[in-house]
Amino acid sequence: MHRTGELYGQYKTLAQQKETASLGMWIFLVTEVMFFGGIMMAYTLNRHVYFHAFAMGSNTLSLKLGGFNTVVLLASSFTMAMAVWSAQTGKKQLISIFLSLTILLGFVFFGVKYVEYAQKFHHHLVPGKNFNIFYCRDNPTKCDDMSAEELQEESKELEEAVAADPDLNSHAQLYYSAYFGMTGLHALHMVVGAGLLFWLLRTSFTGRFTPEWNTPVDLVGLYWHFVDIVWIYLFPLLYLIDRHK
Amino acid sequence: MAAHEYTDHTDHIVPPTTYVVIILILLCLTAATVGAAYINLGKFNIVVALAIATLKATLVVLFFMHAKYSPERTKLVIIAGIFWLAILLFMTMSDYASRVDYRGIRYPMSQRIVHVPAQHS
Repeated sequence: MHRTGELYGQYKTLAQQKETASLGMWIFLVTEVMFFGGIMMAYTLNRHVYFHAFAMGSNTLSLKLGGFNTVVLLASSFTMAMAVWSAQTGKKQLISIFLSLTILLGFVFFGVKYVEYAQKFHHHLVPGKNFNIFYCRDNPTKCDDMSAEELQEESKELEEAVAADPDLNSHAQLYYSAYFGMTGLHALHMVVGAGLLFWLLRTSFTGRFTPEWNTPVDLVGLYWHFVDIVWIYLFPLLYLIDRHK
Repeated sequence: MAAHEYTDHTDHIVPPTTYVVIILILLCLTAATVGAAYINLGKFNIVVALAIATLKATLVVLFFMHAKYSPERTKLVIIAGIFWLAILLFMTMSDYASRVDYRGIRYPMSQRIVHVPAQHS
């Protein structure tokens, strides 16, 4: 990759060179849309067929944690946009500051996601041999992180869901497969994004990014915003299926 | 082909005030989508949730990702991507929605089939 912003032979101007790089990044992002599209399609169909199980699964997620992570990720998109602005206007110190903030918010997201995943393992809600949607109802002492009120509400919801769908346990596994598949794939993209941000941060310390040449900041910014958009869809699709009860 | 003029202009710089306004709108819309989920709208809950998500995504694409200030061909790539995703979702769902199996049961769009054992005469 050219690091100094020299003009390559096949381009007429630096602006054209940058425009080409940006177009290439957008084409990559379109392939990413299709990549996530496949799993979205699987989710849409299963949600349609096994709505009761999906609604039940969705209500076992923590809306507080999910909502908090949505705010964190939106904020990280904002700091990323500000990092791009700093690069475009030549504020070299601000680039490093905003990139650091973006990385920090990314790690807050990972932290919250870790808490959520750990809770699901603890509650036997990970698809596989030990999956049991009734685990907390049947072993309330082992789900000590849930209040008596929450447990009571969940058993009531479970009762209604089983009445509507006798094979709730296996269909709820489908929901959790979608949940772990989609959020896991999203988190993997964030790990890649965080790696790229660290690389940008290191480069920003050398003062290489200038108003004339800041293509890497711009392109990683596009990637980071795309990952944010994926979460904008995942949040209502996974956390808000059937909250009005 | 008309030659596109490549002048050595610098990027269109979006001012920070625009970013601040956009992030505030995005946060308000997040609150709105949570609020809407608690209102029973029947089948329209998902419509409202997706409409708000799409509005948020549009704001991110247009302003954070500078699509509003990008050349036409970049916009074409974005629209083509969305269109291809729509083909995937729309055509697959319409296939499943219109499929009827040998027992005359809509499969697999109806949950009934899952619990009814196959009829053996």
